[in-house]
Amino acid sequence: MNSAKRFDMFRMFFSVLIALLISFVIIFFVSKEPVTAITTLITGPLKSKRNMGNVVEAMVPLIFTGTGVCIMFSANQINLATEGGFHLGGLVAAAVALKLGLPAGLSPIAAICLAALAGAIFCTIPAVMKIKTGAPELVSSLMINYLSLWLCTFILMYALQDPSVGSASYKLPAESELPTIIKGTNIHAGLLLALIVAVLGYVFLFKTRTGYELRLTGENESFARYSGINIVKVVLISQMVGGVIAGMGGGVELLSPIYSRFSWTSLLGYGWDAIIICTLAKKNPLYTPLAALFLAYLRTGASIMARYTDVTLEIVQITQGIIILLVVAEQFLSGMKHRMIAKEAKASLKEGEVA
Amino acid sequence: MACLDNKIVLQMNHIMKIYSNGVVANEDVSIELKKGEIHALLGENGAGKSTLMKVLFGIESPDEGQIFLNGQETTIRSPQDAINKGIGMVHQHFMLVPSLTVAENIILGVEPKKGGLFIDMEKAVQEAEVIAGKYNFDIDVRAKVEEIPVGIKQKVEILKALYRGADILILDEPTAVLTPQETDELFVQLEKLRDNGHTIIFISHKLDEIKRICDRATIMRSGRSMGTYEVKDISTEEMSRLMVGREVVLTFDKKPAAPSGVLMKVRELSVRNGQGVLKVDSLSFDLRGGEILGIAGVEGNGQSELIDSLTGLNKSYKGSICIKDTDIEKCSIKDIRELKVAHIPEDRMTSGCAGNLNILENMFSNQYTDPDYSGKILLKMKKIQERSEELIREYLVKCRSYKQNVGMLSGGNIQKVIVAREFSTGPDLIIANQPTRGVDVGAAEFIRRRLLEFRDAGCAVLLVSADLNEVFSLSDRLAVMYKGKFSGMFTDVAAVTEEELGQYMLGLKHQEEQEGVIYE
Repeated sequence: MNSAKRFDMFRMFFSVLIALLISFVIIFFVSKEPVTAITTLITGPLKSKRNMGNVVEAMVPLIFTGTGVCIMFSANQINLATEGGFHLGGLVAAAVALKLGLPAGLSPIAAICLAALAGAIFCTIPAVMKIKTGAPELVSSLMINYLSLWLCTFILMYALQDPSVGSASYKLPAESELPTIIKGTNIHAGLLLALIVAVLGYVFLFKTRTGYELRLTGENESFARYSGINIVKVVLISQMVGGVIAGMGGGVELLSPIYSRFSWTSLLGYGWDAIIICTLAKKNPLYTPLAALFLAYLRTGASIMARYTDVTLEIVQITQGIIILLVVAEQFLSGMKHRMIAKEAKASLKEGEVA
Repeated sequence: MACLDNKIVLQMNHIMKIYSNGVVANEDVSIELKKGEIHALLGENGAGKSTLMKVLFGIESPDEGQIFLNGQETTIRSPQDAINKGIGMVHQHFMLVPSLTVAENIILGVEPKKGGLFIDMEKAVQEAEVIAGKYNFDIDVRAKVEEIPVGIKQKVEILKALYRGADILILDEPTAVLTPQETDELFVQLEKLRDNGHTIIFISHKLDEIKRICDRATIMRSGRSMGTYEVKDISTEEMSRLMVGREVVLTFDKKPAAPSGVLMKVRELSVRNGQGVLKVDSLSFDLRGGEILGIAGVEGNGQSELIDSLTGLNKSYKGSICIKDTDIEKCSIKDIRELKVAHIPEDRMTSGCAGNLNILENMFSNQYTDPDYSGKILLKMKKIQERSEELIREYLVKCRSYKQNVGMLSGGNIQKVIVAREFSTGPDLIIANQPTRGVDVGAAEFIRRRLLEFRDAGCAVLLVSADLNEVFSLSDRLAVMYKGKFSGMFTDVAAVTEEELGQYMLGLKHQEEQEGVIYE
């Protein structure tokens, strides 16, 4: 690993550290029992098997949407439709589970496949709009998420709603539920699927022809065009693949033991979280599980802290915000980086003289 | 000719500058400037000339070393600080506002005020005229910058620096965009400035120009100073040896061309740019295998638009372009590349490479679909790695490994990566637009030799270049482009003089009947 990469890692850790320290300072100001709060935040997730299970469960949707966003952003398409794609994926999976009445084994597979398809179609809309009409994908994808939310809510209310519980669907049949893989927790088969998707995402981006075209286009579109790459095709494929993964994530999440009904009447925010994951993973899907672990741990810790102390859950939002700001601020620690590189360069000059 | 007195106005001692990508651009460089001299800063690209000047002009801060101005140690914190201290810089790419007048550009940022709030335009024009008159610059200060020729724009840049009180003037490759006539004029002005007591730093790698106008020269090579010499005491050969570290052959032994069949046929080609201005005006020509057709001309006379149409980047043209009997009107860029057409683009950073990707990734953008390097889905990484290592060796790319990002290489090495990529597919037709611009002498020679080798092997080469030496030494036929047309076409390149070419470039001369443009 060269020194620049090493420094990037260091900077990432340092950003996280600073963000945590600032959060701790805030806790000291707002809490009557700051030490307990902070200890709970840090050690809470490790206290019981159930808590550890919660961390791992929370990772699953983050890995899915994070990988999807890594692929979309690698093509330099700032498509935020992952949020809506995930939501739609959940609804489609619920509809398949409830309406098709497929046997165990087949039911979750069909549900996840169709969820992936729905995600793909949905996330491609902003790309098509950009190509056909020149609408910037950032704006259109941001707004289209509300379309997904209200469409799903409409379908829930008119087609899937269980009148006895209100704004939720009928109970999902047992045949469609993803099996638990570790007893005493809710850790389910979706975790394995998420890890496979992260690895495949990496292979797709870095080892395949299409992935190469995609990164080339993302890094310099006019270079890609000059090289003979079909930009339109690349943009469409990248958004479609990102959408497949987002939709799949939504399906998997809904079929997990965590949910027994489709009850999402507001956006869950996994699409936004995906941007944090993508930033921490430096657009490499292989690192999304690590980034997801960090975020999931922090959130689980915060929710335990909120349950047992007087500090609210929102403190995590502050931590997240600071991390993102520091990681994307390129000039942060640049003086230090320069000194480190200069020192190395000088050392190698001296070596050259001796040799 | 000699300096007014031997007073040292500026000393830069033991300057070291390391960039954030770890490149040591200056390693213990010292330079000394006398009052009233034209001092050449000579070196290949990537030798550290520009970095040293950026340090002097306050754009970069040095990691080590001191600067003495008139004997006083000083730190230059920003370009504004440099200007306040009497240092002016004329960049290679002009920093002028095209929609403003010459006078407005000159006073920009230091405007004379009326009532402390409004710009006093009358006074501005007056002051601009005074300063132009003082240095004998014949300029209409009320003209808009967008309407004046390049040579005048350069004068405006110089006046801008003088108006701000520059005693030391840094000129970064000032002749790169000028015609021979404009260069002559510039030199007269520079000599006047020198006699006035100004100190001029003349950055260049054109040896003949340095011989003509400079008093002393500091030669740089890979971040070090190779010493300062009296120009009259050092030969061109010696200078180039110090610059590259070996003798450079300045002329090529060229076998006579053996042109074969026509590979590219262009008929009545007209191209308009985005603003609807006619840039290529019903141009017709043929290009045969085994020959180099050079296109000379002042930039902006339609060369870029011509190349964009020939390579498929621009699809909205009138007329026809046939490559090997295929009309390319309906062809995609990829289809054109599959006709074995290689293209060295004009601007390597905008369309020639992706700086954040590594050398390997940049070397395969035109051939990753080749069954040798990829299956239907997966890339054959091992084969690609081997091949890129081979190309790095063959094209003498200076780098740590193929994993290094292209953006971290010097300009010359980036160009070598591009050339390696384009040439490695075994092209039948090479379209080279400014193939050696901003490339060091060694690399330029290498690229030119390659072009000749391809021509000898029967390849057709279309060479667009602003470097007259290059078009002269390589071309078998030479066309001059002026306002979208060929103002001249020469089949006997050796019989054309630089002055004559300059007249065609400026549109002062125009051939009515042109020979050897098309073969039918």
